[in-house]
Amino acid sequence: MRKLALLAAIVALPAAAQPLSDGRKAELDSLVRQDCGSCHGMTLKGGLGRPLLPGDLARYSTRDLTGIILDGIPGTPMPPWKALISRADAEWIARSLKKGLEK
Amino acid sequence: MTRVFSILVVFFALAAGARAQELRGTGDLGIIVERASGSIQIVETTGQTALARIEGLGDLSHASLTYSRDQRFAYLFGRDGGLSKIDMLTRKLVKRIVQAGNSIGGAISDDGRLIAVSNYKPGGVRIFDADTLAPVATIPAEYGDNGALSKIVGLVDAPGRRFVFTLYDAGEIWVADCTACLEGGKPAITRLKDIGRQPYDALITATGQYYLAGLFGEDGMSLVDLWKKPLRSRRILDGYGRGEKPLPVYKMPHLEGWTRANGQFFLPAVGRHEVLVVDARTFKQTAAIPAYGQPVFVMARPDQRQVWVNFAYPLNDTVQVIDVPSGKIIKELKPGKAVLHMEFTPRGEQVWISVRDENRVIVYDTRTFEKIATLPAQSPSGIFFTWRYARIGL
Repeated sequence: MRKLALLAAIVALPAAAQPLSDGRKAELDSLVRQDCGSCHGMTLKGGLGRPLLPGDLARYSTRDLTGIILDGIPGTPMPPWKALISRADAEWIARSLKKGLEK
Repeated sequence: MTRVFSILVVFFALAAGARAQELRGTGDLGIIVERASGSIQIVETTGQTALARIEGLGDLSHASLTYSRDQRFAYLFGRDGGLSKIDMLTRKLVKRIVQAGNSIGGAISDDGRLIAVSNYKPGGVRIFDADTLAPVATIPAEYGDNGALSKIVGLVDAPGRRFVFTLYDAGEIWVADCTACLEGGKPAITRLKDIGRQPYDALITATGQYYLAGLFGEDGMSLVDLWKKPLRSRRILDGYGRGEKPLPVYKMPHLEGWTRANGQFFLPAVGRHEVLVVDARTFKQTAAIPAYGQPVFVMARPDQRQVWVNFAYPLNDTVQVIDVPSGKIIKELKPGKAVLHMEFTPRGEQVWISVRDENRVIVYDTRTFEKIATLPAQSPSGIFFTWRYARIGL
């Protein structure tokens, strides 16, 4: 029940069309560094998961990356994140990764 | 005259230093890793205070450490390949080298002479003299036909100046006998192949007999009995882990905390919100305890009467306590946002819990579950107390 409430809280996010608030961007920035970072490294230079620096991602489109974030990669430890973040969130993360996170 | 003066200055400086540094033991000391700022704090558990902060230690995300056999020095393994030797008494960095591009952990040999570091890039294990950090041997984790190097996980020490580790990409377990390493000899490697897909971490039991690797890519685990020759791996717990409809795993469980208590192992399930109970003799599952989330660390209090569990994102604000005799959850604590690690004092009357996003470490009394102390820390992750010096595999 608590888990449902938590999931509901996380899923109740701005709809895809709206731009993300600065607060949400800061949350996602922290999510990427800290939680994606638990496999990909806090500086995203790779760990058990592959490196996610702009040079590593150049051959993927934002759309590809958004799909990978939302759906995961079956057969690998990359999980689907769609239960926790919206498509707009994932697109923002994909764009930010391709550009490189701000220091 | 000048010389006499400088000798006097040196003398007084030394005397002042000696006064500031009273004689003390190291048995109640420990280190808190501050993952985002590349720093650590040296703490003491008798009065629950911080003694010093040491900075400039590089990328400490996922950093871990081990202690010298005299319990005086810590060897810190950074994500960026940094290997740092820290003096717990003078509270200073003794030496730091960068030995690889991307590392995940390390171990100290049973005799305390060698430090081994497991690397993702370049994939393999490097071995150093524990005194000087001079390189002693390199073990490239080559597999397959094209000379690819595998990432290394689950590096531990084993009796007989050996190290055991697992090749994530290759699905192999290697045992490296380093008996001859300090005399210029090469490590003697035993390779165990086809242990299973995506072994993500491993542990060695406190007796040094069993090495267990968890598999992410399939149900089950791989077990090596290090007392039996020839060495071989066998599958156990088929059906362990993910089951038919696994939940997403947002953070890999850590196996170092896997725990033997009361003749049973308590293990994190993978892709299910459960702690699994496995008979320590037969390696058959005897129970599954429903838990709050995907377990990350499942750690027994030193007396083995309680098992404490923390969880993966996004349910990482909570810690649950299992009563070992009854197998029931008897307490749920909410230390705060992003609980990353737990460490018990040697006899288990306290547990220290790092709460990353609240920038603090909370100390609980494990009997009353009351907070004893709160210490400020910057994005704290691992907490490591010096008692680890005496444990095989830590």
